[in-house]
Amino acid sequence: MSAAPAAPPPASAEPPGPAVRTGTGTGTGAGAATATAVRPDLGLLLVPPRARTGWRLVPARVLAMCTVELQKLRHDRTELYTRAVQPALWLLIFGETFTRLKAIPTGGIPYLDYLAPGIIAQSAMFIAIFYGIMIIWERDSGVLTKLLVTPTPRAALVTGKAFAAGVKAVIQAVVVVVIAALLGVAMTWNPLRLLGVVVAVLLGSAFFSCLSMTIAGIVLTRDRLMGIGQAITMPLFFGSNALYPVDLMPGWLQAVSRANPLSYQVDALRGLLIGTRANLPLDFAVLTGATVLGITAASALLARLAR
Amino acid sequence: MTSAENGVGEAVVCRGLEYTFHHGRGKGASTRAVDGVDLTVHTGEVFGLLGPNGAGKTTAIRAITTLLPVRAGMVRVFGHDPARQRMEVRRLLGYVPQQLSADSGLTGRENVALFARVFDVPHAERRERVSQALAAVDLTDAADRMAGTYSGGMVRRLELAQALVSAPRLLVMDEPTIGLDPIARTGVWECVDAVRRATGMTVLVTTHYMDEADWYCDRLALMDHGRIRALGTPEELKAQVREQDPQQTAPSLDDVFRHFAGRDLARNESSEGEFSDVRRTRRTASRVR
Repeated sequence: MSAAPAAPPPASAEPPGPAVRTGTGTGTGAGAATATAVRPDLGLLLVPPRARTGWRLVPARVLAMCTVELQKLRHDRTELYTRAVQPALWLLIFGETFTRLKAIPTGGIPYLDYLAPGIIAQSAMFIAIFYGIMIIWERDSGVLTKLLVTPTPRAALVTGKAFAAGVKAVIQAVVVVVIAALLGVAMTWNPLRLLGVVVAVLLGSAFFSCLSMTIAGIVLTRDRLMGIGQAITMPLFFGSNALYPVDLMPGWLQAVSRANPLSYQVDALRGLLIGTRANLPLDFAVLTGATVLGITAASALLARLAR
Repeated sequence: MTSAENGVGEAVVCRGLEYTFHHGRGKGASTRAVDGVDLTVHTGEVFGLLGPNGAGKTTAIRAITTLLPVRAGMVRVFGHDPARQRMEVRRLLGYVPQQLSADSGLTGRENVALFARVFDVPHAERRERVSQALAAVDLTDAADRMAGTYSGGMVRRLELAQALVSAPRLLVMDEPTIGLDPIARTGVWECVDAVRRATGMTVLVTTHYMDEADWYCDRLALMDHGRIRALGTPEELKAQVREQDPQQTAPSLDDVFRHFAGRDLARNESSEGEFSDVRRTRRTASRVR
């Protein structure tokens, strides 16, 4: 027992082994009951499950990761409530004030209505952009390593994580939609359009969480990721059409906005929820493309991520 | 190559396995963590890889579990190459890493269910299989509690359930009892032993606890500075020491290690061990594919 971590209590002064070898049981720990309790019901643990192959593998992993995310949310809803505060305040303080100001040309619709889809996108992005912190935590705790030894290709793992972040964002979006409706924003209740909203929120969050995981794979520590996350959130948000039309911006910023996936997400959400003119095919094409790109980059960096 | 050389029929075969970490440029910027390891783990046995921190145990384990590329030498897991046939090898593996890695935000049952899902356990039998895995590690009563409320020994047994839910043919455990009190250590080992006897799975374990190795392992490899210094059953190793050093009449495994490695296991652990080992683990992980 030279390398034992602590002085053994009197009950286990005898080496732990003999009990098992002789099968008499020492009664010193929970394990003593196990040896007898185990055998009758081990049936299924003798047969390995049949492997899923081909195209069904990735959806199955995505579903598994999303399930875990929902289970965690069910156990601890605090995050859901605290995260609802900021978008509510944006709508309530910023939105209500700027509605009176009438300084922003919104094409005839009340500013609060114009703002609501932007805030949905923004609140989803704010969650997703820090998703890499969770990956870093999973690395530190060994969870990531353990998942990497399961039959889950790296891209499937990243896709699963990305859409798990998306599921969280959709729940967030529902909260913001409800708040906006309470503030009197006139939104569509057309189920098809709402389905489009869900898809846009999912894709946007998947992209931004992949961006976060990619940055995590480059900078490798929580502190640096926090710093970079905060640094890019501001330009991503204000350099988009979330608060004001892109036409108001100087030319160079318009170019930045056009390269910003958040702008396409807001455009889609605004078109679907409020009914403004939107280029939906382009919006969804850009969001899908960005997500695929994000998954590819984050998967490639997953090796570095586990350092 | 004959089938024996190819590793068919054996659980794990390593031939001339080498692994070098490069941490920077220039001289002295690389560490040869594994330096020509040959070992064979027979199907159904409990094989212990013993050595002080930094001996290369974890690196060898990572090569076997598909986490590291095998650049020099050969590794086979039930005849599969972990560097190329990753998915095939992973489906045969149950893996318990060094850190306590259960998700504290989920219940014990949900923790195990996640691994049932990622190993493609069909929905119809998932619930029952998860329950059986939890019963096998004596966690039935605690199954619906949050894993965050578990003790260290319970978390280890939960991780064991996560590894067992896919009915692995090879259970790989990296320092499974590190940091646990003696009662919890016994609990973990008794679960492993009971499941092994029921399923006939092979167990590959690393440890630096000599008493555990002595009691629970069928065969041992003593590892130091990336090389295997001795290999055999605990009794064989002790007999070798008695033969070569008549003064040792009843050598313990600690004496065996001292004999073959030329130094003390315990001393090394306290002096240079912990921190460099953590860093080594991190570096190892950085090569994860």
